[in-house]
Amino acid sequence: MKMCAFASRNTKEILRDRLNVIFGLGFPLIVLLLLTIIQSNVPQELFPLRKLTPGIAVFGLSFVSLFSATVISRDRSSSLMLRLYSSPMRPADYILGYTLPLLPMSIAQTLICFAAALALGLEWSVNILLSIAVLVPAMLLFIAVGLICGTLLNDKQVGGICGALLTNLTAWLSDTWFDVSLVGGAFEKIANALPFIHAVKAGRAAYNGEFSSIMPELWWVIVYAAVFMLLAAVIFKKKMKT
Amino acid sequence: MKAIETRKLSKSYGDICAVKELDLVVNEGELFALLGVNGAGKTTTIKMLSGLTEPTGGEFSVLGRSKMEDIKPLINVSPQETAIAPNLTVRENLEFICGIYGFDRAESKARAAAMLREFSMEEVARQKAKTLSGGWQRRLSIAMALISEPKLLFLDEPTLGLDVIARRELWHIIEGLKGRVTVILTTHYLEEAEALSDRLAVMAKGRLIAVGTASELMAKAGCDKFEDAFVALCGGGAAV
Ligand SMILES: Nc1ncnc2c1ncn2[C@@H]1O[C@H](COP(=O)(O)OP(=O)(O)O)[C@@H](O)[C@H]1O
Ligand SMILES: [Mg+2]
Repeated sequence: MKMCAFASRNTKEILRDRLNVIFGLGFPLIVLLLLTIIQSNVPQELFPLRKLTPGIAVFGLSFVSLFSATVISRDRSSSLMLRLYSSPMRPADYILGYTLPLLPMSIAQTLICFAAALALGLEWSVNILLSIAVLVPAMLLFIAVGLICGTLLNDKQVGGICGALLTNLTAWLSDTWFDVSLVGGAFEKIANALPFIHAVKAGRAAYNGEFSSIMPELWWVIVYAAVFMLLAAVIFKKKMKT
Repeated sequence: MKAIETRKLSKSYGDICAVKELDLVVNEGELFALLGVNGAGKTTTIKMLSGLTEPTGGEFSVLGRSKMEDIKPLINVSPQETAIAPNLTVRENLEFICGIYGFDRAESKARAAAMLREFSMEEVARQKAKTLSGGWQRRLSIAMALISEPKLLFLDEPTLGLDVIARRELWHIIEGLKGRVTVILTTHYLEEAEALSDRLAVMAKGRLIAVGTASELMAKAGCDKFEDAFVALCGGGAAV
């Protein structure tokens, strides 16, 4: 059970990085709170929780990429990697060992996001569970992005690319902060070509019980997730040889 | 069976030839020292033999095997730089290595406990590795190399950064491995290398200059002291 030992170590390494965890969990929650407060002060429907919560959940997942990329790039720059590479672990052990711990963490983060929304007044519905399930492909996508960034970038670059760029892309292009169709043009086209908006819309459809609208959106995310996972595996294997 | 056999093993990085046509045989059970000034190619040799980098020429076998996936379970490495998981405790680091070498939980726990005792690390067992002093980290790093009970152990400058006491303790531990494990050791402490090693090799500029027991090397260089022999073999002295 080489992979399990490695996965367990990675879990500890991530969760014991307190600052990372507090930031990754806390920041999305603060945004959720702020936008809800703004909503309560204006008469128009800007950020209703039923639309906002899946958006913030996806935004929160972008921090999972940051977690995984940070661990991997730190490992790569330390001599620990020499030790791991000379051990009997195989490429699949690394990839699964880095991926698997992040899935429960992503689910936990999404759960916390919905719990916070419930406390702020989101109406309870069993569909919340479906909405969380629908976000699983998005979780895998963000984990894969983290794997790729961690494998290709150094510590500082990870902070920039995953910490700043990816979180902002997720925030701006996901229909969470504003209605992308109101901006229109190239912006809308780009947003629709990327998976973030589709993940959010699938999550919303699930919560609203509009079941037939889920899959058309979710396919985007599933395909993106599959491609990025495959890419992550290929890049990692290639990088391991050098 | 030989612990290590290399034939014209070479590694170049672009124009730099780090190791050049190395022909080396290490017997099983030997404590073998690889000596040479910085940049001689010692670390590169270890990296090739432990699967960390692919040779650009030549071939090698370790314990009669030539496929890296067959070799890896039998070897372990203490890299030149301390290699530990910073956010794990000392005990967790040891158990972690057991895990990735395929031991179950009970076995891992037992081995970690034994290793903590052997390395007198029980008092820091619950401390996170990143909070240890440099000397303790090094000690942990070496314990992590030993815990899988490899048949062949590479120790790349194991005493680097250790104080006198820790260094002596470590030499003592290495001495205790003699006969049980084949050990390939690089070091700049010539006295200890001379006293402990069964055989020694001197490398310079990627090439193997001489191999033999300490007295054979001294005879070859025509010197009474090992350090003088080393300097003479490296082509040092007036030439440098
Ligand atoms: N990754 C690398 N890229 C380029 N040159 C390298 C690399 N690793 C080692 N070298 C060069 O190879 C030579 C041998 O290095 P090394 O094996 O580390 O020597 P030693 O361990 O004996 O001090 C040196 O000239 C070093 O600069
Ligand atoms: Mg070296």
